Amino acid sequence: MKKNVLPFEKPVVELREKIAELKKISGDSEVDLTEEIGRLEERLEHLEREVYENMAPWDRVQMARHAERPTTLDYIEQLFTDFLEMHGDRYHSDDEAIVGGIAKFNGQPVTVVGHQRGKDTKENIRRNFGMPHPEGYRKALRLMYQAEKFDRPIITFIDTKGAYPGKAAEERGQSEAIAKNLREMAGLTVPIICIVIGEGGSGGALGISVGDKLFMLENSTYSVISPEGAAALLWKDSNLAKKAAESMKITSYDLKELGVIDGVIEEVQGGAHRDIDSQANKIKEVIESSLHELSQLSEQELLDQRWRKYEKIGSTTSVLERTETPVN
Amino acid sequence: MLRDIFNKKRKYATISKQAEREDVPEGLMMKCPSCRKIYYRKELEKNNLICLNCDHHHPMSAKERINALMDANTFEEWDVQLTSANPLEFPDYIEKVEKDQKKTGMNEAVMTGKGKINGYESAIAVMDSRFRMGSMGSVVGEKISRAIEKAREERLPIIIFTASGGARMQEGVLSLMQMSKTSVALERFSRSGGLFISYMTHPTTGGVSASFASLGDYNFAEPKALIGFAGRRIIEQTIREKLPDDFQTAEFLYKHGQLDRVIHRSEMKKILTTILDIHQDGGDRS
Ligand SMILES: [Zn+2]
Repeated sequence: MKKNVLPFEKPVVELREKIAELKKISGDSEVDLTEEIGRLEERLEHLEREVYENMAPWDRVQMARHAERPTTLDYIEQLFTDFLEMHGDRYHSDDEAIVGGIAKFNGQPVTVVGHQRGKDTKENIRRNFGMPHPEGYRKALRLMYQAEKFDRPIITFIDTKGAYPGKAAEERGQSEAIAKNLREMAGLTVPIICIVIGEGGSGGALGISVGDKLFMLENSTYSVISPEGAAALLWKDSNLAKKAAESMKITSYDLKELGVIDGVIEEVQGGAHRDIDSQANKIKEVIESSLHELSQLSEQELLDQRWRKYEKIGSTTSVLERTETPVN
Repeated sequence: MLRDIFNKKRKYATISKQAEREDVPEGLMMKCPSCRKIYYRKELEKNNLICLNCDHHHPMSAKERINALMDANTFEEWDVQLTSANPLEFPDYIEKVEKDQKKTGMNEAVMTGKGKINGYESAIAVMDSRFRMGSMGSVVGEKISRAIEKAREERLPIIIFTASGGARMQEGVLSLMQMSKTSVALERFSRSGGLFISYMTHPTTGGVSASFASLGDYNFAEPKALIGFAGRRIIEQTIREKLPDDFQTAEFLYKHGQLDRVIHRSEMKKILTTILDIHQDGGDRS
């Protein structure tokens, strides 16, 4: 069995392998297996639909973390031309857990920023597994200020387990770096489109995802805490992560329902890694229509709309009746 | 974010009935967690809940803070009717909220309103760590955002006292989004020239630390207050290293340039008055 096969998709992969085997036999020998293969292929198609259209939240968590899942740089290559990466926060260092730079989208200049995981252990160490330090957020903000100055829309890709919980990160103001991005992104006078492509982990994800539009790939997640963390906290048992993935409502469809995101970007069957070209095309359509829509607004309209968007997020009621008198 | 706070004992312990004689009502006496001296609560209250022996700053309730800071009969409370609407349908969540409402007499973990400090009018939001550990859910985010918005409309400064373990787990991602929501409100407020003083008290961690608490025109904290993004134990597990005792204290942050001042509680009113006085003219660009 190939590695990187997720538990829930095992039956699909097994059947696919069986078909491949039969095809090989059929080619090598005189035996005609065409009919048999045809029947199995039909079954495979049916099985694939059944498996991938009924993914449980935990299956999506696995998919969001898939080792072969396309990263920010993969999508940048597909979606933009002339991408030039820019480095450093101008205060401390260059945090490679966040990448950013300038590029063209359909010929239009844009600024692109995103979390960046590594593809192998060596790259993951260099990129700190996509978990930024304060300087990553400060680099992102520097590039976004520049985008505002030169009137370029900003596109961000979110893909992190979270901001790095480390000593140096705290010393250099992890909280302040994230907080400042939240406030400053709210006031940038250019369109900001944010797309969650993998894991959207807590404040570390939020730090580059305040904008006019927030989309999620179908099998990405966005949560206040990882399912494992939630399980440990709520039930003192990290083995209940599967249950937590369900009750914490962290999938793209959950967030759409909660009114947090603008839309779900459908994934190719079996997950984005199965066909990155087609996946990038689906993302491209969403960026195109968003940019078109947002370009109709004046700077003030853009800001007003962004403020109103965030004003609405939350879930409260006003039924509480109190007879308390105010203090002092 | 919350993990550390969950496992920590309350900072001051009310003496249990078994430990004290029957005729001592619960809550009348309290023990300083720092020097272990036992006090009459009244005695400490007269000293703004600062230990007379070792200077430990005991947590203040929102009401106590407002009473200590604001001129008598000037405080007007806002949005007392808002309450949480269990968006994730978490079992027992509403019951827990209701229990804390009874315990604290508050509708949520923050009290907002306006009043006068030595004659200077200001909007104020005070978080209360007794209510769901001061965690930020939709109501906390909504009340703070509304207070900021009202301050903008009425051209008042706003002072926010934080005391929070971070996000409210039972509200999931909606809790997380309150970080953006409050920060977006602050951007609009700041753009109009509004003055925001952030005053961090024990504890200010996780999502509150990584949003409005860090965004003051002035960032202050009380002595020894725990302030940080990630929990101490998570960091120790991640870096496999023991952290220094003063890690994530107000003094630690001050040393690393994250705070303007660490303010002793006895100086709180005086310093805030000076700032409000310096800012009373000008600063309004809108
Ligand atoms: Zn003491």
